Amino acid sequence: MINDIWILATASLVAAACALVGVFLILRRQALMGDAISHSVLLGIVLAYLITDSRALPIMLGGAVIIGLLTAWLSDTLNRVGKLQNDASIGIVFTLFFAIGVILVSLYAGQIDLDQECVLYGEIAFIPFDTLHIGGGKNLDDGFEIGPRAFWAIAVVFIIVLISIIVAFNRLQTVAFHPKLALSLGINIVFWHYFLMTLVSMTTVASFDAVGAILVVALLVIPASSAYLIAKSLKAMLWSAVAYSQASVAIGYTLAYQLDSSISASIAVSAGILLCLTVALLEIKKQRQRATATAQ
Amino acid sequence: MTNTHSKKFPPLSVNNLSMRYHHKPVLTDVSFEIPEGKTIAIVGPNGAGKSTLLKGIMGLEPIMDGEARFFGEPLTHKRLAIAYVPQREEIDWDFPINVFDVVLMGRHGQLKLWQRPSAIDREIAQHALEDLGMWDYKDRQISELSGGQQQRVFLARALAQKASLYLMDEPFAGVDVSTEKTIIELFKTLKAQGKTIICVHHDLNTVGEYFDWIIFINARLIAAGPVHTVLTKENLNKTYGGRLSLLNDLTETMYRTQLNKAHDQE
Repeated sequence: MINDIWILATASLVAAACALVGVFLILRRQALMGDAISHSVLLGIVLAYLITDSRALPIMLGGAVIIGLLTAWLSDTLNRVGKLQNDASIGIVFTLFFAIGVILVSLYAGQIDLDQECVLYGEIAFIPFDTLHIGGGKNLDDGFEIGPRAFWAIAVVFIIVLISIIVAFNRLQTVAFHPKLALSLGINIVFWHYFLMTLVSMTTVASFDAVGAILVVALLVIPASSAYLIAKSLKAMLWSAVAYSQASVAIGYTLAYQLDSSISASIAVSAGILLCLTVALLEIKKQRQRATATAQ
Repeated sequence: MTNTHSKKFPPLSVNNLSMRYHHKPVLTDVSFEIPEGKTIAIVGPNGAGKSTLLKGIMGLEPIMDGEARFFGEPLTHKRLAIAYVPQREEIDWDFPINVFDVVLMGRHGQLKLWQRPSAIDREIAQHALEDLGMWDYKDRQISELSGGQQQRVFLARALAQKASLYLMDEPFAGVDVSTEKTIIELFKTLKAQGKTIICVHHDLNTVGEYFDWIIFINARLIAAGPVHTVLTKENLNKTYGGRLSLLNDLTETMYRTQLNKAHDQE
């Protein structure tokens, strides 16, 4: 029972953090960049672990952010200097980073407790078995258990994302709406681009244990897209993206429980179903409006 | 213009400006200086580099050579004294934002990162919307507006910035008659306050009526000066390469109607 609560709490925070960051990716038309960073952070995690031999959260976040920013920067450079198309450049860089990550994982499989399947799909059902302890030193079973690592990782990142959005709301809004206008107001759009990429990197790495590299993209893109369809202001879009993400978690968890299947995949499928429902409802509403307009 | 040093610097002086796009020269060695408190049109055929010139001046596209100075100083010192109105097609009209929040963006340059617009900022934004007759639409999402209304919202945003120099990219393109009149009124009000307005302008029929000054551009500077001295057949011929024919007018008209259609459909 307590395990179910930890799983639900972790899934709900992962979904909420992804939804918030996803809103800005969608508005800036950078959904592909979210996909890219979610994959290439694997290399960041593995390198950070191999270099420091530690799985502490700051080290994992640091490694992910460095590789995430490198992905964004390299894609942009390839696009500008190499004269390759934007989406092609992104595709080249992140698959390369991800592939190197996969090779490192298989080479050092004995040292890293990451297996390839877990990297791709995650397994949220196992997170309660990997807990954090305060005090007690090196022996993991000593000290006071405070809950799953994955929960605390995403909790910290969620708070960082939330504070960033609250503090920098106006800047993020202006930059997303019209970068050149933002530039004309003296706003450093390059800084805000990499700032957003930092948030994406941290969010995806903290979501990694729970949902893996592929499904995190679903949570980044789908709830924010559903929200985009109905929202009339940025605030409304942020709120409704979070609402969609939480609904997906609730429906997905129930579905997984009933079908005895993967929780994270069920959450992603639920998010997709909610998006389809939204599209359908909007279409029906439009048809009705047209019908009443012609009837009058 | 005399060479004697005047106490006041011009609102904008462009010196030997050259710009490239994908290695092709778009503008070469453009220099001019404009007087304060006038309306100035940048005129030239399609692809002459009018918008590029405006963007280069605003630092939105890289400059290859030369510089622009505002009131005698570089852009970075005078940023908030210059309000930029982008072309209507360059704006994401589906963005989830309402009219009032767009206008408030005009105040964001003055705010620190963590600051929210104050009551004064909101009042300024309200006045700007009222001046353009758009206050009743303040809660609308921008996609729910007509082309003319969208243009007014962006002019209100520029107005809310309380700038001294306004750079506008085709404010008259695809707007209705009443919006056109509103913009003309706005120009008069701004001029009365000693502000300077520079517009990229497409319509040769109205350029003499709406503007005090003209800058003719076609990859190079052709002429710059008061309307009555530079709006000559010779300059028009030089700018439009003697092709100022029916064909040219036709493409312009088609371009405009397509634009209107596109926005009506949205």
